[in-house]
Amino acid sequence: MTADLVADILAGTCLISGALLSLAAGVGLLRFPDLLSRMHAATKPQVLGLLLILAGTALRLQNTIDITTLVLVGVFQLATAPVAAHMVGRAVYRARQVRTDLLVVDELAGDRAGEAPGPGDRVV
Amino acid sequence: MNNDAAAPPAVPVRSRWRDRAVAVTVLVMVWMLLWGVFSWANLISGLAVSVVVLVVFPLPPVIFAGRLRLLGLLHFAWRFLTDLVVASVQLAVLAFRFGHQPRSAIIRVPLRVPSDLVLTLTGEAVSLVPGSLIVDTDQASTTLYIHVINVADRAAVEAFRRNVYETEARIVRAIGSDAEIRMLDHPVPAGKGELT
Amino acid sequence: MIVVGVTVSALLCAAVALVLVRIVRGPTTLDRIVAVDVLLAIVICAIAAEAAYTRDATSLPILVVLSILGFIGSVSVARFSPRSRR
Repeated sequence: MTADLVADILAGTCLISGALLSLAAGVGLLRFPDLLSRMHAATKPQVLGLLLILAGTALRLQNTIDITTLVLVGVFQLATAPVAAHMVGRAVYRARQVRTDLLVVDELAGDRAGEAPGPGDRVV
Repeated sequence: MNNDAAAPPAVPVRSRWRDRAVAVTVLVMVWMLLWGVFSWANLISGLAVSVVVLVVFPLPPVIFAGRLRLLGLLHFAWRFLTDLVVASVQLAVLAFRFGHQPRSAIIRVPLRVPSDLVLTLTGEAVSLVPGSLIVDTDQASTTLYIHVINVADRAAVEAFRRNVYETEARIVRAIGSDAEIRMLDHPVPAGKGELT
Repeated sequence: MIVVGVTVSALLCAAVALVLVRIVRGPTTLDRIVAVDVLLAIVICAIAAEAAYTRDATSLPILVVLSILGFIGSVSVARFSPRSRR
C-alpha cells in the first residue's frame, strides 16, 4: 500500500517534470532566433523529458514485459537523437541558414575552403 | 581513413569476427527486449534474424584496439547522466527567459586520439549532453565542429572546448587502449585547437 | 493521479500548440522537419503518459515504432534537402 503510494508519487513527479521539459522544448522551438539554436531546444530537453515520462510509465506499470519495451524506446531515443540532429545540423549549415550575426565565432567557415572561401576564421 | 569500406587492409580477420559477434549479441538483446521475455524460441529466432540482418546489411569494419574498463565506464555513465540533467534544465531555463537573445558559436575541436570509434562516441555524448550540437565532422583529422548555445564571449568558448576534451578523455579511459590513453597527455595540435 | 493526469495533458497540449505554430510559420523545410520531430516526441510522451495513467500497456508497441519513425523521417529529409540557396 505505502510502497504503491511512493511509486505513484515518484511516477507523478517524473511525468510532470517530463511534460514540463516538453513544454520547454516547445517554447524554445518557437522563441530561439535561428534554426541551430532551435535544434538545441528540440534535442536535449526533449530527450530527457521523454526519458522521464518513460520512467514514470515504468513505475506505474511495474511489469517486466512492458518495462523492457520502455527501455528499448529510451535506448532508441538516446542512440538516434544525436544522429538525426547531426544530419539536420549539417544540412542547415550547408544550406546557409545560420544567423552569423549571433555567432561569437565561426571556426567552420574558414575550414570549408571549397564552399566558403576566406582566410582563417570569421570572427563576428 | 576515408569512408571507403571496400579496402580495409588494417583490420585483421579475427577482429572482423569479434565485431560480428558483438553485433549479433546486441541484435539478439534488442529482440529479447522487444518480446520482453526470455525463452529458447526467442533466443533462436533472434539469432536467426540477426544473422540474416548482418548478411544483408554488412557492417563497416570498426577499429577497436582497446579494452573495456569498468571503472571508466561507470565514471563516464555517471557524468553523462548528471550532464544530461544539468544541460536540459539549463536549456529549459534559457527557453523560459523571454527577451534574452542567446548568442552561440561554432567551434572546431580536433580530438587527440585518431580513432573513428572515439570520434563517434564523443560526438554522440557531446551532442546529447551540454548545450552543443555537432554541425560537421572531419574523419581524416578526427575533428568535430560543434555549435554551442548560450556562450557570451571567448572565455566561455574556451571553457566549453576544455569540456569537450574532458568528455573525450573520459571515453578513452573507458574503452581505449593504453597507447590511446597515453595520447591524452599530448598537447592539442598546435595552431588547430586554440584560436590564434 | 487525476491531478497529475490533468497537469500533464495541459502541459503537453501547450507544447503541441507551440510546436504547431512553428510548423505553420516555417520558414524553411528544415525548420518544419525539426518541429515535426519534436511533435512526434511529444506524441510519444502523450501515449506513454496515457499508458501510465490508465495502467494499460496496450499502446506500448506503438512507441517503439514511433521512436524509429522520427529518426528515419528526419534523416531522410535532411539527406535529400537542397544544399544551398545562394
